[in-house]
Amino acid sequence: MADATAKQVLFEPIFSNNPIALQILGICSALAVTTSMNVTLVMCAAVTAVTAFSNLAVSLVRAQIPGSIRIIVQMTIIASLVIVVDQLLKAYAYEISKQLSVFVGLIITNCIVMGRAEGFAMKNGPWLSFLDGIGNGLGYSVLLIFVAFFRELLGSGSLFGITIMPVVNEGGWYIPNGLLLLPPSAFFIIGLAIWGLRAWKPDQVEEEDYKMSRHTFKEAF
Amino acid sequence: MAKPKETVPRTLMVALVLSIAFSVVVSTAAVLLRPAQVKNQNLDIRTNILAAAGMLEPGASPEEIEKTFLRFDVRLLDLDSGEYVGPETVGVEDPMRYDMYKAASDPSMSTAIPSSEDKAGIKRRPNVAKIFTLSENGELVRVVLPIHGYGLWSTLYGFVSLEGDANTIEGLGFYDHAETPGLGGEVDNPRWKSQWVGKEVYGDELDQPQIRLVKGGVSSDTAGKEHKVDALSGATLTSRGVEQLVNYWMGDRGYKTYLKKLRKGEV
Repeated sequence: MADATAKQVLFEPIFSNNPIALQILGICSALAVTTSMNVTLVMCAAVTAVTAFSNLAVSLVRAQIPGSIRIIVQMTIIASLVIVVDQLLKAYAYEISKQLSVFVGLIITNCIVMGRAEGFAMKNGPWLSFLDGIGNGLGYSVLLIFVAFFRELLGSGSLFGITIMPVVNEGGWYIPNGLLLLPPSAFFIIGLAIWGLRAWKPDQVEEEDYKMSRHTFKEAF
Repeated sequence: MAKPKETVPRTLMVALVLSIAFSVVVSTAAVLLRPAQVKNQNLDIRTNILAAAGMLEPGASPEEIEKTFLRFDVRLLDLDSGEYVGPETVGVEDPMRYDMYKAASDPSMSTAIPSSEDKAGIKRRPNVAKIFTLSENGELVRVVLPIHGYGLWSTLYGFVSLEGDANTIEGLGFYDHAETPGLGGEVDNPRWKSQWVGKEVYGDELDQPQIRLVKGGVSSDTAGKEHKVDALSGATLTSRGVEQLVNYWMGDRGYKTYLKKLRKGEV
């Protein structure tokens, strides 16, 4: 970690060390905000900005933070940034902020942000930490956009709110799959994405916790 | 681990400095962005009112919305007496600033609804409602009334717009709810909402609200079709909620007294 290069820090999290697919962090919002592409993109931008700037801020003050209160200090920094982002969205993207509602506030509890602050920014310089934040934000975004693409296309027959397949309720031919508008569908898509990713990069496959022994049959009597 | 970092005074110092620094950041953002946020909220409310009244043209600019909205009169209405009241009754200067949903949780400004009558599932009702009227040449042609009530998962907030006869529906729409997307969430579907246009709230006696959401659709030979709207498929409970809340707000405890007076020209 100590001699990580900028390029590694920025691009590794996208496929090789994806926060959602490999670290399985930040699943909550991945289920909640992926019903339409517009909302997803804004959420991704918000999470990326918060991760990058909280990493930067934590890294800048890392030498001053007493170990006993470091988690609280990180939370303060993250929470402040999230409030600022929330205020910005309310001022400049009101419609989308209404749809994101509570999930912007919940970025505070997004494990990716906290995980990177504690795991990376506390040990690395400001510039690398900032890039690490961007990289992890991008990793989060790639997976969310992948999920949102299928959910919006098959669930509402549109992309970015533009009709691709006219749905029956509006006089078209496509019967939308309602399941894809509900949170569980994101689990299926994330699961398939992880499967695909691990088939492509087999080194991500976790070692088995235990091995099933061969079934043996013993006579009782 | 460096020793001086861990002393109690130093820890307190760091905590204090960081708290102050970030309070400044947060408050600056809040104060600077406030005007833009208030503008958005107002525009949102206005858009919803115009949408319910069927006066929202697609792609209308904020200025156009503002201009159309200014044709409306904002009025405060005492629901029990059916009379307009001045803004001082609810302690505000500008009637637009009155929030009837906040008032509903204030015991001095609202009435508890007995559970037997609480069809809309809202528990308390504000004494004073904020309504919007549109007059042309001194004659009232439109009245937009806020309505709310419980669906399946959430409280639905919306507006219903009536014509000058205080009976014919001109539009109905909800601007805030959390019903299931694709099922109850279809209350937002423009095709579904368009069915409400031209329906009549009250029967021949103009006494009790008669709105029904029925299964199987409404055709030209359905009995009582002027009061019936096709329910949402796959959303029985949301449909029932919408039916009950519309009838509640059009009934004795809602706007009925006012609408009666309006028809006789008493207000």
